[in-house]
Amino acid sequence: MARFKPHQEKTEKRRNLTVGSFLMLAVGAFVFLFPFYYMLIGSLQASPDTSVAGAFPNPANLSLENYTEINDRISLLIGLMNSGIFTGGVILCTVVFGLLVGYALAQMQFRGRGVVFGMMLLVQMIPFQLLLIPLYVMIARDYGLADSYLGMILPFAINSTAVFVFRQYFLQLPASLFEAARIDGASELRILWQIAIPLVRPAIVTAILLTFIGPWNEFLWPFLITKDAALQPLAVSLANYISNIAATASNPFGAILAGACVLAAPAIALFIFFQRQFISNNLGSSVKG
Amino acid sequence: MSLRTVQDSPVGVTANRQLTRPRKKTSPLGRQPLGLLFSAPYVVYVLGVLAFPLGYAVYISFHDYFFTAPGVQVDRPFVGLDNYVTILSDPAVQRSFLNILIFLVINVPLTVGLSLILANALNRVTRLRTFFRVSYFVPYITASVAVVGVWLFLFQENGLVNVLLGPLAPDPSWLVSSWLAMPTVALYVTWKQLGFFILLYLAALQNIPEELYESASVDGANKWAQFWNITVPGVRSASVLVTLLATITGANLFTEPYLLTGGGGPDGASSSPVFLMYQKGILQGNPDVAAALGVVLVLGVLLVALIQKRLVGGKED
Repeated sequence: MARFKPHQEKTEKRRNLTVGSFLMLAVGAFVFLFPFYYMLIGSLQASPDTSVAGAFPNPANLSLENYTEINDRISLLIGLMNSGIFTGGVILCTVVFGLLVGYALAQMQFRGRGVVFGMMLLVQMIPFQLLLIPLYVMIARDYGLADSYLGMILPFAINSTAVFVFRQYFLQLPASLFEAARIDGASELRILWQIAIPLVRPAIVTAILLTFIGPWNEFLWPFLITKDAALQPLAVSLANYISNIAATASNPFGAILAGACVLAAPAIALFIFFQRQFISNNLGSSVKG
Repeated sequence: MSLRTVQDSPVGVTANRQLTRPRKKTSPLGRQPLGLLFSAPYVVYVLGVLAFPLGYAVYISFHDYFFTAPGVQVDRPFVGLDNYVTILSDPAVQRSFLNILIFLVINVPLTVGLSLILANALNRVTRLRTFFRVSYFVPYITASVAVVGVWLFLFQENGLVNVLLGPLAPDPSWLVSSWLAMPTVALYVTWKQLGFFILLYLAALQNIPEELYESASVDGANKWAQFWNITVPGVRSASVLVTLLATITGANLFTEPYLLTGGGGPDGASSSPVFLMYQKGILQGNPDVAAALGVVLVLGVLLVALIQKRLVGGKED
């Protein structure tokens, strides 16, 4: 009996604490999500309404005009396509070359393996701002790759975090599996393609997700390298709209927000669809790294 | 690591088979020299696109470097520390470093505090946990260019934030006030990155053994004391990582001063070193000066990171 009371008191205290935590989290969620809701509402307003009532949908003030408005100035479709090619190129290089090096690092014995591994870890610490000027000099000036997809992709081509993820997954497969295949005379490429890759499919999903948000959201580099509007990713053309053109539009914020919705939607949709992989793995790789 | 050991010392069937086939071990390049070929694209990428430019940046910063048409041979004399002197004596550069300092003073404590508190709450609550995680992470995965759009709308002169504040609204408004521009940028970045840091802390929190809390509450420690004496020291290594990453983000600011405050305005009050690198190096055609600024910036980040590690990391390190 003596033990019963403090226990009850404790559970009650714990419940209060949980309710407090829950309220705090709810406020947090509102602060994090409201701007996105407001982005959507603002993009649909025929005339901007910044009053409190404007935060709620008003059927009299709803239209898709802003989307046509911004589409007339910067082609959203071309922007999306360029973002897609830029991002797709990075993902393709990362998956193809990342799987090769990840497999080699995990399951092959060769001279220099330690050097490659150390390189992969060190590379993740190189600050991009230091590379900005020399990369611009090299890629835009020396190689003449300004205004080209290759020039956009090159600095991001192989995501080292994804290489690390691949290596970790391959490392978890038993070495005896590969020894056996080698003894049976299978070539390394065939072992990789037919045995190793099918076993690490989740790693590929993770790596694609992890790699996707980098180039899709990247602004600075494609902004420096593309002056030709027909080649600009959406983030760049939208930024140009915000800083140069918006002032001349009838409803500048509406048009900006419409563009913002189009830019944000693919990343958010992908994230919500794959949120399990995103959260658990992004976390795992960064903590382990 | 345990897998590694298994692999390095093959036992059982594998070992027997190797004894019968010693030929494979003889290659000076290792048992699977093909690994070199598999690694080659990545190595070429790292050396060509990351390592070489790193050295090139330092080279440019010590020379009188300017843009020329491709293939033209020109003399680019060694100028010693001239570019560094130019950069460090430029009031705009000094201002941008001060801005980063203001940014860090606001952003880092706010990020560490809020993400630890929210991660702690998230660790305790089971209901709607996935929803909370997802909603905190959404700003982090969205393009800054897109989110800046809505912040411009919210924080403009007669935007919703000022409408809600009524007479308390700052004048001049958030983004055009030389006092508030940088703090607003800091607030924006804190909000945008917080989800990622919450996840880092969440992982660290799950590594703290539950028994520590149980024995502490048996000893009569209240929740607050438990938070300070168990949780905070328990996630110390995560705190070091969070401060480091937040500092690197701060040093990399470009999109925010460029778009949110219209090019580091008002009058340079929110400009950043990377923004000046763009302005000086690419717009004004002085890559040598911009490269020097990049080197100074990276050295500065290293210095700040070392100080932070001392402060946050405690004595164990």
